[in-house]
Amino acid sequence: MESDQYTIEVDKLYKRYGNVDAVNGISFNVQKGQIVGFLGPNGAGKSTTMRVLTGYARATSGVARICGIAVACHPHEIKRRIGYMPENNPLPLELRVREYLKWRAKLKELPGRHRSQRVDEVLERCDLARAQNRIIGKLSKGFRQRVGIADAILAYPEVIIMDEPTIGLDPHQVIMIRDLIASLRGKMSVIISSHILPEIEMTCDQIIIINGGKIVGQGTPDQLRETFINSTTYELEICGELNELKNALQDVAPDSEITRQCESEENGFFKVDVRIHGRQDYGEALFHRLANTDCIRARSLRRKPAPLEQVFIAATRRSWEVVDTNIVSKAKNEEQTESSSPEPTQNSESSDDEEPKAEEAASR
Amino acid sequence: MRHYFTLLRNELWKLMISPSTYIAAFLFLLMMGFLFHLILAEFATNPQDENPSEMFFKLFFIPVFFMVPLLTMRSIAEERNKGTIENLLTTPITVTEVILAKFSAGYVYYLALWALTGSFHYLFYHFVDDESVFDPYPIIGGYSYVAVSGILFLSLGIFASSLTRSQLVAGIVSFSLVFGFIVLGSNLGDIAMLWSDEPTWFTALADHVNVLNHMDSFSSGVIDTRAVVLYASCSAAFLFLSILIMEYQEGAC
Repeated sequence: MESDQYTIEVDKLYKRYGNVDAVNGISFNVQKGQIVGFLGPNGAGKSTTMRVLTGYARATSGVARICGIAVACHPHEIKRRIGYMPENNPLPLELRVREYLKWRAKLKELPGRHRSQRVDEVLERCDLARAQNRIIGKLSKGFRQRVGIADAILAYPEVIIMDEPTIGLDPHQVIMIRDLIASLRGKMSVIISSHILPEIEMTCDQIIIINGGKIVGQGTPDQLRETFINSTTYELEICGELNELKNALQDVAPDSEITRQCESEENGFFKVDVRIHGRQDYGEALFHRLANTDCIRARSLRRKPAPLEQVFIAATRRSWEVVDTNIVSKAKNEEQTESSSPEPTQNSESSDDEEPKAEEAASR
Repeated sequence: MRHYFTLLRNELWKLMISPSTYIAAFLFLLMMGFLFHLILAEFATNPQDENPSEMFFKLFFIPVFFMVPLLTMRSIAEERNKGTIENLLTTPITVTEVILAKFSAGYVYYLALWALTGSFHYLFYHFVDDESVFDPYPIIGGYSYVAVSGILFLSLGIFASSLTRSQLVAGIVSFSLVFGFIVLGSNLGDIAMLWSDEPTWFTALADHVNVLNHMDSFSSGVIDTRAVVLYASCSAAFLFLSILIMEYQEGAC
């Protein structure tokens, strides 16, 4: 398991709060210099996993290693190697930006002679130089986010963990932070969680989708599309009758459907999205068919990659279906066991309890 | 303990730049000044056995009841409530350093407030212009007691703050603990009446934890080392408990 290749190694990690499995046996590795996106609905276990990786929360079981060092055994050692920006970016509101960063640099054991220079560097990189003497509590949310990011990268950490770093930023700031994170590629390993899916797709080398404390998808954006999306979408720009287009599509792929249609321009051209089931490439066939259809003039045809939202929804839905199937099969098993039980009173009581569970699962 | 002074300096700096620090100091001095004025007025009208400084220190518990909760309730509960504790504990520092820094910062502020009341005694003896009234030992003893007992009271406050994320709850728990220690501790001897024959060990215990007795002996110029040991050991125990609670709640090692 231990390897120089990986800066983060997680193996069968569990974190239980009372009866709830916040993290349920997840395993993944992050290579040196790689940027990894953590996706998942609210309450999926992203922040808990990040907290366990930083040593702030203890795992119930399993192993997490940062740079080959076990987090549970040497929490102080790993804290020297990470830069962490927590969810909601809590900051001491009464301090000034520069003052805060200098204090953090000291806590993070940055040598005194480099401290001021490094603070200047991160202020510059996060576009905070003009706000360095302002009180944090009086800054806008975007500025505060950047203070949190500046703090995370301050002490040249080998691993940076950021929980929703771009939340509350305007598009200019988002681009700046995206460029900043991209500039860390190859130097530091970065884990970021975000709900802004295009952001994750643009920034990350690898995406981990987590739901109900389990990893439900993992890989590059293309690998995830390959796994979860079983259809191909084409965007056409045509002039002509929609019925004719439908007929033409039926000839090429009988299970095709038009998923989106834009309003036509002045010259009569309009855009439509066509979804065809399966991963086969119909581009050439579609092009030929449209070229040979007299009443349709095609101006452009391109294959559209499925948006990450679609992948995300498909992945999380599939994981719910797995959970539901497990509940239904468990309910059935218990029902069978109870029906073979000799005591009729217990039997009837239990089946009453189990039925709603199965119904609930089916309705989901 | 490498980061203790970095944390302490930051805590003191935060106290210095916070307006609530100065408001609390103003209220404290206003109340203590008013009490000193009442003592002097009483002294002027009726002849007293004790000198004004001794009488002043016997009322030490009044500001302690509200100053200790006000000073300490924020320390950990606020960090936890705002989430800054997560930022703090993901740097290479220990929970022990955090607790000790917060305790020390509160203690320094507490001593500074009491030190300011020294001006009352200075003004009094300066204007009385009668050297026979001046007795430095009750003043030295009184401030020594304030310093020694402050260690315990502040540690009780830090302990209360480590229990919860609500400042209000921390304040109430802190007040209850300080109140319990001073009032119950001073009246523990009364419980001995429940026994038909008062056990000697209980009488000894009641005598040992009687806060008002400690103050009496200190303010009359007698520094009782048994009291010093009691306050220091209880304080260490409560600080240790605070560290354990914070390590457990924050999951930090």
